[in-house]
Amino acid sequence: MSDQIAASGAPQDPFVSDAALKPAFFEWLCRMGDNALVLGHRTSEWCGHGPVLEEDIALANTALDLIGHTQMWLGLAGEVEDEGRDADKLAYLRDAFKFRNVLLVELPKGDMAVTVMREFLFDAYHHLLLSWLAENSNSPRVAEIAAKALKEVSYHLERASDLVVRLGDGTPESHRRMQDALDLLWPYTGEMFEGDALDTAVAEAGIAPQPEDLKADWEASVQEILDEATLKAPETAGFFHKGGKQGRHTEHLGYILAEMQFLQRAYPGASW
Amino acid sequence: MYAQLVKSDALKSREEMSPEEQAFQERIDNGEKIEPKDWMPEGYRKTLIRQIGQHAHSEIVGQLPEGNWITRAPTLERKAILLAKVQDEAGHGLYLYSAAETLGVSRDELFEALHSGKMKYSSIFNYPTLNWADMGAVGWLVDGAAIMNQVPLQRTSFGPYSRAMIRICKEESFHQRQGYSIMMKMAFGTPEQKEMAQDSLNRFWFPALMMFGPSDKDSVHSAQSMAWKIKMNTNDELRQKFVNETVPQAEYLGLTVPDETLAWNEEKQGYDFAEPDWNEFFEVIKGNGPCNRERLEARVKAWDDGEWFRDGLNAFAEKAAARRLAASVAAE
Ligand SMILES: [Fe+2]
Ligand SMILES: [Fe+2]
Ligand SMILES: [Fe+2]
Repeated sequence: MSDQIAASGAPQDPFVSDAALKPAFFEWLCRMGDNALVLGHRTSEWCGHGPVLEEDIALANTALDLIGHTQMWLGLAGEVEDEGRDADKLAYLRDAFKFRNVLLVELPKGDMAVTVMREFLFDAYHHLLLSWLAENSNSPRVAEIAAKALKEVSYHLERASDLVVRLGDGTPESHRRMQDALDLLWPYTGEMFEGDALDTAVAEAGIAPQPEDLKADWEASVQEILDEATLKAPETAGFFHKGGKQGRHTEHLGYILAEMQFLQRAYPGASW
Repeated sequence: MYAQLVKSDALKSREEMSPEEQAFQERIDNGEKIEPKDWMPEGYRKTLIRQIGQHAHSEIVGQLPEGNWITRAPTLERKAILLAKVQDEAGHGLYLYSAAETLGVSRDELFEALHSGKMKYSSIFNYPTLNWADMGAVGWLVDGAAIMNQVPLQRTSFGPYSRAMIRICKEESFHQRQGYSIMMKMAFGTPEQKEMAQDSLNRFWFPALMMFGPSDKDSVHSAQSMAWKIKMNTNDELRQKFVNETVPQAEYLGLTVPDETLAWNEEKQGYDFAEPDWNEFFEVIKGNGPCNRERLEARVKAWDDGEWFRDGLNAFAEKAAARRLAASVAAE
């Protein structure tokens, strides 16, 4: 499936077959793909259960976009790895410790406050990252995917920001729920901006930015919306949860995968 | 068919009609569309609200059995297609609630009637989806049966309903095709997949036949609805048409329709087939189907859990309006 996408008019990209860079580039692409996959999964759990019909539809739209991004990122990851795994094999046949998403996206969907706040906090990061990649990445394939995803994520961010403001400054109850969601999620945001050796390798190749370099812009844009929403980020004194990017997850991811991978695991080799 | 057992008035003869009613009936007979601002008999309005409301409820309750498999879809592509399909159904609900609103009933009122059990939705959505082939069978049979009913309804007399149906029908054929495509993968797949496909057909065949409602001989008051062109065909006509189209599709899949009496009737150029168990149907309508409780609970929970969310948005909108007003006063 991903091979077909790649074959049809994808730009030449020397990084795709760069043997020295391969381990880091592959993992980095899995980070991108897994964030989209897991957040898309969580978002799709709302389908049919939304608080109002229009929101149900919008959440399904967001989930659909994220599944599309997953196909692109994991498809490219499979090409870079070059061991015959396509996006589906990567999504459905890796165990939790092989997943590279940040912890933030795998937390349970919670109420709409958690869902909206998570989308906002992640999108604000996702948008900055994709903008950088679309404009600056030395990898034409990465830049191409980022440009496609950016259009959709710009819309997600706009929508999520708007909801954060309206619900934060809505009723006392909606305010309280949004503040609780922010308190819950805030300690999971730091992971997005902590680079490791793998990030450095990909950054040195000019494929992606150092995660730390996005932090100041993220904080500024998030702060602006939170102020407008009359919400306050909690003091964490620099503490945050991490490990997802290296494969050490919360207990939640195992259950996501048990559900998501059930058919592929129960009927190996079947075609669907 | 998403509207079953819709209560309507007894058919009026010409002589019983007031002059207004006669003129109204003439417009319908001439194929004119009735628009919300036009005069209409109270019975026409009420019957339409019941029918469109029931149809709208079926779309959104209908999200649940398929939504049940979104997080377990076996490939990214299947997941995306299924999600898009279920999202379409929410959109259909939206069009239909909007069409009902033109008749003077709000979406919230209709929800209230659904949640209290006063209004029904199609019996089919009270059956569980138990294996992945059900995503195939639902698209193939359930959306297939819905199409049988909805294609003629594009010509219904009430303008907003007719236009909603035209938009909906465009999407329904995609729904049926994606269902049949899953069915083909399953029926032509591994022995286990084929077994799932057969199991699914066994469970959905008769409930799908029930979607068209009881036999014409037991159908109450459908004559008036047909005269008003808000019901375009009889239940038995549509059921026969559905069986005639579906049986060869099952044969192509190598699956067995779970009806030993099924046989081609050369004379009527259609299949003879067994009636579904109408006792079961009436039990399901009464609330005793396998999933009635879960389906309604899920809808009520979504609505109740969403209350603070809707209230929050409303409160903000009011505050924002007040702030705009204050700013414009200050500017003067
Ligand atoms: Fe529909
Ligand atoms: Fe439908
Ligand atoms: Fe449909």
